[in-house]
Amino acid sequence: MVFKNLSYKTQRKVIIVAFSLIPVVLLFTFAYLPVFNMFKYSFTDWNGYSKSYDYVGLENYKTIFTDSKYFTVFKVSLYYFAGSFVQLALALYFATILSFNVRFKNFFKGILFFPYLLNGVAIGFIFLFFFRPDGTLDTLMQSIGLGAYTQGWLLNPKIINISLAGASLWRYMGFNFIIFLGAISSIGKDVYEAAEIDGANRWHQFRHIILPSIKSIVQLNMILAISGAISAFDIPYIMTSGSNGSNTFVIQTVTTAFKYNKLGLASAMAVVLLFIVIIVTLLQKLLIKEEK
Amino acid sequence: MITKFIDNLIIKLKGVYKVKKNKALFGFMALVLVLTMLAGCGKSNNSAESNTPDNTKGNNNTTTEQTEKTLSGEITVLTQRTDIVDTVFKDYAAEFNKKYPDVKVNFQALSDYEGQITVRMNSDDYGDVLLLPTSIPLKDSADFYEPLGELTELSKQYIGLEERTVDGQVYGIPTAVNFSGILYNKKVFEDAGVTTAPRTPEEFLAALKTVKDKGDAIPLYTNYADGWPLTQWESVLTTVAGSVDYVNVEQPNSDENFVAGKPHYDLYKVMYDAAKEGLIEKDPTTTNWEASKADMANGKIGAMVLGSWAIGQVQGLAANPDDIAYMPFPTNASEVIMPLADDYTLGINKHSKNKEAARAWLDWFINESGYPTEQAGGMSPVVGAPLPATLKQFEGTDVKFELQTPSQAGQEGLVDKIDKDAEIGLWQPEFKKRIIEAAIGNLNESYDDIMKDLNDAWVKSRAKVTKE
Repeated sequence: MVFKNLSYKTQRKVIIVAFSLIPVVLLFTFAYLPVFNMFKYSFTDWNGYSKSYDYVGLENYKTIFTDSKYFTVFKVSLYYFAGSFVQLALALYFATILSFNVRFKNFFKGILFFPYLLNGVAIGFIFLFFFRPDGTLDTLMQSIGLGAYTQGWLLNPKIINISLAGASLWRYMGFNFIIFLGAISSIGKDVYEAAEIDGANRWHQFRHIILPSIKSIVQLNMILAISGAISAFDIPYIMTSGSNGSNTFVIQTVTTAFKYNKLGLASAMAVVLLFIVIIVTLLQKLLIKEEK
Repeated sequence: MITKFIDNLIIKLKGVYKVKKNKALFGFMALVLVLTMLAGCGKSNNSAESNTPDNTKGNNNTTTEQTEKTLSGEITVLTQRTDIVDTVFKDYAAEFNKKYPDVKVNFQALSDYEGQITVRMNSDDYGDVLLLPTSIPLKDSADFYEPLGELTELSKQYIGLEERTVDGQVYGIPTAVNFSGILYNKKVFEDAGVTTAPRTPEEFLAALKTVKDKGDAIPLYTNYADGWPLTQWESVLTTVAGSVDYVNVEQPNSDENFVAGKPHYDLYKVMYDAAKEGLIEKDPTTTNWEASKADMANGKIGAMVLGSWAIGQVQGLAANPDDIAYMPFPTNASEVIMPLADDYTLGINKHSKNKEAARAWLDWFINESGYPTEQAGGMSPVVGAPLPATLKQFEGTDVKFELQTPSQAGQEGLVDKIDKDAEIGLWQPEFKKRIIEAAIGNLNESYDDIMKDLNDAWVKSRAKVTKE
C-alpha cells in the first residue's frame, strides 16, 4: 500500500497523527507523567531514593492541614501579591507610553525587557550586593542625601519581604510589559486617528481605547502574576534561602523534600499548591465575569 | 540586537493572542490524564527487589597484587571537588596509570554533590567509584553499594569504617578523617591581648569581647547567609558533651536532648550569646563564604566554627599561614575531646561493570594518592599513617583526639531518623538561623523557647520512631 493511493481523508488523518505524535509524547513524558507521579507520591511516605515505600493514604494531607507551620508561610505571599499589582501597573504604564511615538523607543523597550532575560541566580547575587550594608542602594541613598534612611534591607524582618518583592518585581515586570506592548500594538492605527479628530487626549485614548481592547490580556497577566506570587521561589531562595522570615510555600516544599527527605509530604504540598492556584484562577475568572 | 529580538517576540505573541482555545482538545487531554492516573493506581509499586548484598564474594580483593598488570577497563569516579578535578585529579589519574596502565579513569565533578547524587541514584548510572552521600540511610547501603569487606578484617587497615558498616560489612572507606573545632586568627586574638586559647564558653565569650573592643575584626563570623557553615557547629557536640558516647549512644535514648544543661543546649547557647552581645558580623543576612576566608586570612575576622578541612584553605590565602590556628570548641566538660569524624566515605556502585578496577582505584586513592592530608586537610584513615602538621601543635597538651562511639546494635541511624521525622535538622542550617534571628532581636522568642520547641519535636518523633 502506497501513501498516495490512500484517500484524502485517510492521508489527512495519517499526517495529523504523525505530526502530533512527537509533541504529545513529549508533553506526556515531561508534563503529565511527572504530575501523575507527584499525585501518587503524595499518598506515600517515600523518602526520595529508597526502592520501597508504603502507602499512607491521606496522612500527608492531614499533616499539612493540621500543622500551622505549613500554612503560616502564605503570609509572605501577600507581599509578592501586593507587589504583583505594582508590577502590572508599572508594566501597563510603560507599555502605553512606549506604544506612542517616543524617542529611543526601541532602546527603552530593550532596557525594560532586559532583566527578564537575565539568569535568576545572577539577579539574586546582584541584589545581594545591592541590599548589603554600604552596598549599592545605601551608597545611592547617601549620595542623594537620604543616608539617614538606610536600612538593614535584608536584616530587618519587617522590610526583608518588601526588598525581596522589589527584586522580584524588577525581574518580572519586563515580561508583563512585553505582553502588554504586544497587545496594544495590535490595536488599529485608525482608531487612534478617529479619536484624535474627536479631540481625545492621551489619557482618554488609554481609558477608552487601549484598556478595553486589551482587557483579556490584563486578566491573563493578573492570573500569571497572582499564581506567581503564591508560588514565589527563585529570588528569595537564592538570596536568603527562606531565612529571617522570608520563607515561602515553595521553599518550604523544597526543604521538606530534600532536607528532611519527606518526598511524599512534599508532593502533597505541591498538590495542595496546584489546587490553590487553580482555585484562585477560577475565582478570578468568576469575579471578572460577573462585572460584565 | 535586543530590540530586534523583542520585536520578533511581539509578533509571535500577537499570533498566540489570536489563537482560540480548542476546548475539545483540552477535554481530551484531561481525559487522558485521568485515565492514566486510574491505570497507574491499580499497579502496585511496592515490590522491592531482592536487595540482599552478594556476600559470597567476601574479601577477595586483597589479591590485587596478582591482577595489577592484567586489570583493565574504564571507570568513572565521582567527586565533589569541582575546584581540583581538572588539575590534581588529572595528576592522580596519571600516577594511577603507572601502576595500572590499562585502566582508564574518568572524573565527574558535581557542584551540588549531595543534591545531585541522590537524584542520580534513582538510576543505575552513578559512577563506578563515588562518595557515599550522607543522606542515604545506613540500612539502605546494600541497595546501592558494593560491600568492600568484613569490618573485622578491614578495621586492621583503616579507622572510621563504622559510619558505613551494616551487619559487619563495610560499604565505604573515609577519604579522610577530619577533626572539628574553631578556626581562628591567632594574631587577631594576640593583638587584642588574648594569648592562650580559651577553654570554657565563658572564657571564649570574654575573648571575643576583647577582640570586639579592640575594634579591628569581627570576633566570630557565622556565615549565616550561606547556611551550611552553621551546620559545622553540630560536629563539635562531642567536645561540649565531653564524652565520645553522647552523639550516637546517649542521644538517641534521651528525651532531654535540648534541655538546659545538656550538650545541645550549651553548644548553641554560645552561638546565641555571641549573637546577642553583638560579637558576630553586623549584617548576617548578606555574608559571603568565599570573602569570609580571605577576611579571616587578612585579620578582619577573629574566629569561625569550621572543620579541619578549612585550615588549609584559609592558610593558603594568608600572608603568614602561621597566624591561622585551630582550637577545640570551648567546653565545661572535664576533658577536652576533639572529635574525629569521617569526611565523605568512598564506595563502589553496586551496578558498576568494572568493580575490580574501581576497587583498585579506591585502594590506591586512599593509601597512595596523598589526598586525605594534602587535599582534604584531615588525617589519613590508614592505620599507622603519620599525623598531619596541623595536629602537631596539640602534642603534649591535654587535648584528646577520639572517634565517636558507633551506635549500639539495632540503633544504627536512629538519631538521623528521629531528626528527619521531627524536622529538627541537626545537620541543616534552619534552627541555627532561628537562634541567630532570635538573638539579634528579629524574632519574638527567647533561646529557651526555641530549645523547648526543638525538644518537644524530638520527644514526639522519638516516641514515634522507636515504636515502629
